[in-house]
Amino acid sequence: MTLRLEILTIEHKLFDDQVDMVIAPGTEGLLGILPRHTPLLTGLTFGELQIKQEGQEDQYFAIGGGFMEVRPHHVIVMADSAERSEEIDVSQAQEARQRAEELLAKGNSQDTAEAETAFKRSQMRLKVANQRRLKRK
Amino acid sequence: MSSIREIKRRIKSVKNISQVTRAMQMVAASKMRRAQEQALASRPYAVKAWEILTHLAAQKGGTEQLHPLLTHRDTVNHVCIILITSDKGLAGAYNGNIVRTTTQFMAEHGHQKASLITVGRKGRDLMLRYGRKVIADFTDMPSRPKMKDIYPMAHLAIDGFLKGEYDQVYIAYTDFVNTLKQEPTIHLLLPIQAEHDQAENKAMNKHYSSEEVDSTAQYIYEPNPEKLLGVILPRFTELQIYQAILESTASEHSARMVAMQNATENAKHLVSDLTLTYNKVRQDAITKEMLDIVGGANALAQAS
Repeated sequence: MTLRLEILTIEHKLFDDQVDMVIAPGTEGLLGILPRHTPLLTGLTFGELQIKQEGQEDQYFAIGGGFMEVRPHHVIVMADSAERSEEIDVSQAQEARQRAEELLAKGNSQDTAEAETAFKRSQMRLKVANQRRLKRK
Repeated sequence: MSSIREIKRRIKSVKNISQVTRAMQMVAASKMRRAQEQALASRPYAVKAWEILTHLAAQKGGTEQLHPLLTHRDTVNHVCIILITSDKGLAGAYNGNIVRTTTQFMAEHGHQKASLITVGRKGRDLMLRYGRKVIADFTDMPSRPKMKDIYPMAHLAIDGFLKGEYDQVYIAYTDFVNTLKQEPTIHLLLPIQAEHDQAENKAMNKHYSSEEVDSTAQYIYEPNPEKLLGVILPRFTELQIYQAILESTASEHSARMVAMQNATENAKHLVSDLTLTYNKVRQDAITKEMLDIVGGANALAQAS
């Protein structure tokens, strides 16, 4: 038994396929969703979304917040930003983190919230990208 | 009558211009197609967001008091309008139309002092010339706008609305109907009207997800419906701005395409007119020369 997973951002549809299990970063903690899950509507936070499909390597996505609707055989992820782990540009993410760190160090109160978000996002992207690389070895 | 050489020069320059306008027409056509595709790509998200919004609203029996972004205010003192135009001209009446529609709207509703957030150089320049209050302007939007290009203006609008600086926020953009028809449109962005568009959206929902939509199912909400609305509603506003910008971009390019097509046509007519004149002048000159020669020959014959 499988469930259909859709990952949507405002810009495009990133993923639409039958999967066995989804692990998503909910605002209240990680959620593992199997088919026939009870209906659920939840917020998502920065983190990685893991997809398990039979006979395939696990797939990872970096999610930058949003929300998710779960129905017994259909999961819809509506992310503010979403990227496949393969598509993350590691050097770019590192640069972004550095920039965010510098901003945070300066401690300009106006930019702090923004810098923190940027920092979290780059951190999370790096994590997802690294995990992927480790797997390959 | 101008000299042969002058006419020749004009024909050449008109031909050059027609080549340029034709090239611009082609470029606009391909950009238009891209903008349209992009606008369509965000539709699944929009449909889902509506579904969830109406769903949450249904749980609570009404949308009015659920969230500040949904609450209508009784007295409307200050209004903010997001006006979307292009950076570049040469797009026919595209910019003129939307700016005129907006100023008319302001006059009709007594919002002359409305704060304007302009997207695109043309709108800003025109509104400043009319002496309107432009509080922020965004220029140099990329040809394929991303969500991150939208956040700043969405922020301005949402913050201003929540702080009570504006009681209503409108968005003025050009709706893309088809290649030949673009409609200047103004609609209310904030407060979000959940009821108004529901009927229209139900039709869309049916079309997109005819599968197991069990609206009676009891949902678990994490953390709770109010907090979720707090996440969804700003997204929803951003989404509307994003789509308005894409519609406008598609309209801009199609308006430019049509304008350039006309220009190319006109250049063609001009070239054929000029060619006719050129031939006439040339023929005249030849006839004159012949007359001279014949006249000269006759004079010689008579003399001898």
